[in-house]
Amino acid sequence: MSVKTEPFYLNIGPQHPSTHGVLRLRVTLDGEVIVDVEPVIGYLHRGIEKLAEGRTYAQNIPFTDRLDYLAAMTNNVAYCMAVEKLAGIKVPERGEYLRVIFSELMRIASHLMAVGFFLNDIGAMMTPVLYMWREREKILDMFEMACGQRMMYNYMRIGGMSQDVPEEFLPAVKKFIAEMPRYIDEYDQLLAQNEILLARSKGVGILPRETAVSIGASGPVLRASGVKWDLRKMDPYSIYDRFDFEVPTGQTGDCYDRYWVRMQEMRQSVRIVEQALKQLPGKGSVCADVPQFFRAPKGEAYVCIEAPKGNLGFYVVSDGSIAPYRLHIYPPTLINITAMKDMAVGWKIADLIIIFGSIDVVLGEIDR
Amino acid sequence: MKFEHYGLGIAKGMALTFEHLFRKPITVQYPEEKLHTSKRIRGNELVWFPDKCTGCGTCTKACPQGNILLVTHRSEPNRFIVDKFECDTGRCIFCGLCVESCPYNALAMGLKYECAKYRRGDFILNKEKLTASENHRPSAYFRPQFDADLPAQSLLLYDREEGGQKLKFLPLSTRKRGPGA
Ligand code: SF4
Ligand code: SF4
Repeated sequence: MSVKTEPFYLNIGPQHPSTHGVLRLRVTLDGEVIVDVEPVIGYLHRGIEKLAEGRTYAQNIPFTDRLDYLAAMTNNVAYCMAVEKLAGIKVPERGEYLRVIFSELMRIASHLMAVGFFLNDIGAMMTPVLYMWREREKILDMFEMACGQRMMYNYMRIGGMSQDVPEEFLPAVKKFIAEMPRYIDEYDQLLAQNEILLARSKGVGILPRETAVSIGASGPVLRASGVKWDLRKMDPYSIYDRFDFEVPTGQTGDCYDRYWVRMQEMRQSVRIVEQALKQLPGKGSVCADVPQFFRAPKGEAYVCIEAPKGNLGFYVVSDGSIAPYRLHIYPPTLINITAMKDMAVGWKIADLIIIFGSIDVVLGEIDR
Repeated sequence: MKFEHYGLGIAKGMALTFEHLFRKPITVQYPEEKLHTSKRIRGNELVWFPDKCTGCGTCTKACPQGNILLVTHRSEPNRFIVDKFECDTGRCIFCGLCVESCPYNALAMGLKYECAKYRRGDFILNKEKLTASENHRPSAYFRPQFDADLPAQSLLLYDREEGGQKLKFLPLSTRKRGPGA
C-alpha cells in the first residue's frame, strides 16, 4: 500500500456572492490548484424562448429586457432588429440615431458594472464599485427620463422606439458625455497603477488567441486576447458605419487586458455618442408605422449585434401568425463562459473568482 | 512581479479618495427624503379613467401577462358598460404596453413605487381602486397631457452645478409606522 493524494471537489455557488447570480462552479482541486472547472447553469431558467412562442412580436420586447438585465437596451435593439429584418421594416433616421445613443450609453453602464464588480472580486470591496455606480446612476437617470424605468426599459419597438425622448434628455446626455472622460481618468487614477490590481490580474487567467477564436468567444473577452473583432466595425449594422471609433485590443488575454479593454471601450463609446449627437436629425418620427398585432411574413431572420458583453444574436422564425414560431437567443456570455476551463486550470482557487469576474457574466442571459 | 515605485499606485488612489472626503454627500435619507422620479415613470398600480373607457379590450389583448380582466355588457348598440376591470399588480411587469395600446387615453401608469402588501390578494385591484383620484395619480408615460402637473425629475447629473437644477426632495413624509399603516 502506498500513500497517495486524491483530488478534492468543491462547489462554488449557486448562492455565492462572487457568482454574479445563480451559477454553480464545480471545481476539482489539487490542494489549492485548480485541475478542472465545470460551470453548471440553469438555475435562472425561465423559458423565455418558449414563452415567446405564445406572445405577439411586441409583447416579447419586455421579456428581452430580462435576458442581460445589465444591458437591457441592447437586447431590445437586437430583438427588434431581428423582427425588422424578417418583415423588411425600415427604421426612421432619428430612431436609428437614438438607438445608437442608447446602445452606447448602455455599453458604458454595463462596462462600469463589469469593471466595478471585477474589482470587487479582486478584493477592493465596494470602493471602486461605488465610484462607478455614481456614473452608472446618471445614465440610469437619463434612461428613466426617456422610458420610465431604470432597468427593464422596454423602450425599443419594432420599427423604432416607443416614443421620442423628452426635451431635457439631449442636454443631459451632452453634459454627461462632456464629463465622462474626466471620470474615466479618475478611475484610471484610482486603479491603473494600483499594485494590488496589477499583481492579482496581470498574467492571470490567460486566454490564448487561438483558443479564444476556436471556442467562439466574443466581446471584450475576445478582444483582450488580441483579436480585432467588433461587429460594429466588421459588419456594420444599423448606422455604425457613419461613426469614427477604434476597437481596442489587448495583447496577452489576461484578466488585466479584459479590464483594460473595457475601460478603453467606454472612451470609444463616449466618442460614438458625441458624433451621434452631432449628426442626430432634429425632428422627425422615431418609429415606423407598425400595427400592434402585426404579422411578420413567413420566413426566418438572424441578427447579431455587438452587445456590451459580446455578440448577441436573435433568430426569429415566423409562420405568418402574430407570434413568432420560434425564437432563439444566442447569448454572448454563455459562449464566453465555456472559456472558463481554459483560463482557470493551473491557477489557485482565489484566482478563479477573479478570472470568473473578468468574463463579466450575467446569468439572466445564460439561462434565459 | 516587480514594481519600480512600490506604493505609488495606492498613494494615487488614496489621494483621490481623500479629495472626496470634502465633497458634499449625494445620498439622501430615503424614507424621510425622496427624490422626484421621472415624469414618465412606469410606477405601480395602473390608473384608470372610467368615463373615458369604452370597454374595447385593446389593453387586455396587449398585456403580455394576461393580467387585465375586463367584463362588459352591451347597453345600447355600440356601447359597452364595464362591469369588471381588474388588474393583478403582483403579476404585472410594468411594461406599459396596455397604456401604450389604449386608443381612448383611458389608462395610464401610476406614480407610486412603494406598494408592498401583506397579502397576495391585496394586489388585485378592482375598478374602484384603479380609478384615478387625488391619491391615485397618473404618470406621463404615453400621456403627455399630464406632463405639466408633475415635478421635474431630480437628476444626479446636475447635483454640483451652481444655479443649475439641484436635487429636489419631497417634504418629510408624515406616514404612520407599524403593521397595517
Ligand atoms: S403594465 Fe404590462 S404587465 Fe402590467 S397590466 Fe399593463 S400590459 Fe400588463
Ligand atoms: S384599451 Fe382603454 S378604452 Fe379599451 S378597455 Fe382598455 S382602458 Fe378601456
